[in-house]
Amino acid sequence: MPEFIQIKDLSKSYWRDNFEIPVLNNINLNIAQGEFVALMGPSGSGKTTLLNLIAGIDKPTKGTVNINGTEISSLNESALAKWRSSNVGFVFQFYNLIPVLTAYDNVELPLLLTSLSKAERRQHVETALSIVGLGDRMNHYPKQLSGGQEQRVAIARAFVTDPLILVADEPTGDLDKNSADEILALMDQLNTEFKKTIIIVTHDPHAAEKAKILHHLEKGDLIRSTNGNSKINN
Amino acid sequence: MEIVKLIIRNSFRHKLRSLLTILGIAIAVIAFGLLRTVVTAWYAGVESSSVDRLVTRDAVSFIFPLPYSYLDKISQIPGVQEVSYANWFGGTYIDKNNFFSRLAVNADNYFDVYPEFLLNKKELEDFKKERNSCVIGKDIAKQYNLKIGDVMSLDGDIFPGRWDFVIRGIYQPKYKSTDATQMLFHWDYLNERMKQESPGRANDIGWFIEKIKNPDNASVVSEKIDALFKNSSAETKTETERAFQQGFIASSSAIITSMNVMSFVIVGIILLVLANTMIMSARERTKEYAVFKAIGFNAKHLTGLIMGESLFISALGGTLGLLLVFPIVAGFEANIPKGFFPIFQIEPITLILAVSAIIIIGLAAAIFPLQRALTTKIVDGFRFVG
Repeated sequence: MPEFIQIKDLSKSYWRDNFEIPVLNNINLNIAQGEFVALMGPSGSGKTTLLNLIAGIDKPTKGTVNINGTEISSLNESALAKWRSSNVGFVFQFYNLIPVLTAYDNVELPLLLTSLSKAERRQHVETALSIVGLGDRMNHYPKQLSGGQEQRVAIARAFVTDPLILVADEPTGDLDKNSADEILALMDQLNTEFKKTIIIVTHDPHAAEKAKILHHLEKGDLIRSTNGNSKINN
Repeated sequence: MEIVKLIIRNSFRHKLRSLLTILGIAIAVIAFGLLRTVVTAWYAGVESSSVDRLVTRDAVSFIFPLPYSYLDKISQIPGVQEVSYANWFGGTYIDKNNFFSRLAVNADNYFDVYPEFLLNKKELEDFKKERNSCVIGKDIAKQYNLKIGDVMSLDGDIFPGRWDFVIRGIYQPKYKSTDATQMLFHWDYLNERMKQESPGRANDIGWFIEKIKNPDNASVVSEKIDALFKNSSAETKTETERAFQQGFIASSSAIITSMNVMSFVIVGIILLVLANTMIMSARERTKEYAVFKAIGFNAKHLTGLIMGESLFISALGGTLGLLLVFPIVAGFEANIPKGFFPIFQIEPITLILAVSAIIIIGLAAAIFPLQRALTTKIVDGFRFVG
């Protein structure tokens, strides 16, 4: 059976003033469905770029990304947008909630792209906010919430459409330890209870502990993958 | 939550900026409406001119009179149904600022040639019977609180002396565009006094008005009339009433043209005001647009969001401006001499132009921010620091 996520010979370069800056070099990686994966490495190692390529918000220079049988690196922008709306949930370091919308409205945003009725959307939003423990804060605006609460709203927005994959870029990077623990516990719950495939980028070893597999990058190369205490050769 | 709700909330994210933009648009729409109304008021005489009327004046200038004897000759031209005539009287009524047309006319048939001046049968008969009587437009009657039987005294300038007229009729305008600010009296009355006081100016006619049977023959009839007086001491120029009216305003054409241009410059200013607001808003929301795109919103959705916001702000400002322009135009009209612009009202074309401008500006102002939002890559959007 093919892997859920298959990354083959993936390279990515940026161009600045006619200079090619390689960011990822010939990455080969497989991720099984339901895994909780952490991409780790120092700044500039290419972990966020790799996450962006897996999430379909950036295009590779070379190589392919195949997710659940779809070759996403060959999709056009419109098809990719549609694919993302039903397959990927995003969690960002700085939450990126829309400040003029309530928690409820923010979580409802991705559902506006679906064919669900208003009542069905309400049911989904209320369920998602209950799971993240914010059922009583639905009508609060982002500025009326703490950082941890904002991130929980962002997580509810990420999984409200029931996507296959959740990608999170430094989800605890802007939070205190207690809030970070709550967020990590929530992501762990989404992985174990709701069987979501979760890929996070983090500097934080404490955050990485929640992941089942760690992929370490350095200067654009995948240098090693670890599973618990055992070291796996790439 | 609907997209419309998001558009409305985005529009008021920076309340002061949005409010100033809306006020800016409203003021510009008012200025546009007022300027266009002045321009259309200037052309009101042209617009209300009839296609079946010709005007014959001196070929050199309108200020030179024509001999009364032309009347019979013109009447015999084939295609001419009826001929009337008039003289510009001028003069002052109470105060020099009280400007309105005062014309000495052929009382026998002037109202036949101008059927848009509605006068009841009795008032018309009374007017025809009494040599020193006059008929005034309803706007003049209203402005100076005049009624039938009142005496209007004019101080003559072109025709010196004191002139007293008894009001025997108040005409109503048939159309909205009909001038209801004229004072009309007997040419015979004027001529009699000229015979006594200034015999050299007796039997002078300012211009003849020919009602023609078929408007399609206007140029042929005009040529025939002018040919009749070719090489005479008072050659004529006959033209359609529309061309005659246009000749009147030709001397002010530079002012009118500049006002016309200004009204459209104002549209450009509105565009810049709104475009500036939209560009700032879109720049501040670069990261948000990246989020929208990441979660699956496509170009169509972003176009709806950005153009919707631009149109919404434009519509709010435009609506406010259009609501205010009516009382402002009314106030402007109340403070200018009544007869200066006989028809001073916001024309439907002005409203159509204003609404069209509001829509076009709303769409055009969104082009640059939209282009930026659509072409910025998601990953670049996330890195953007505003």
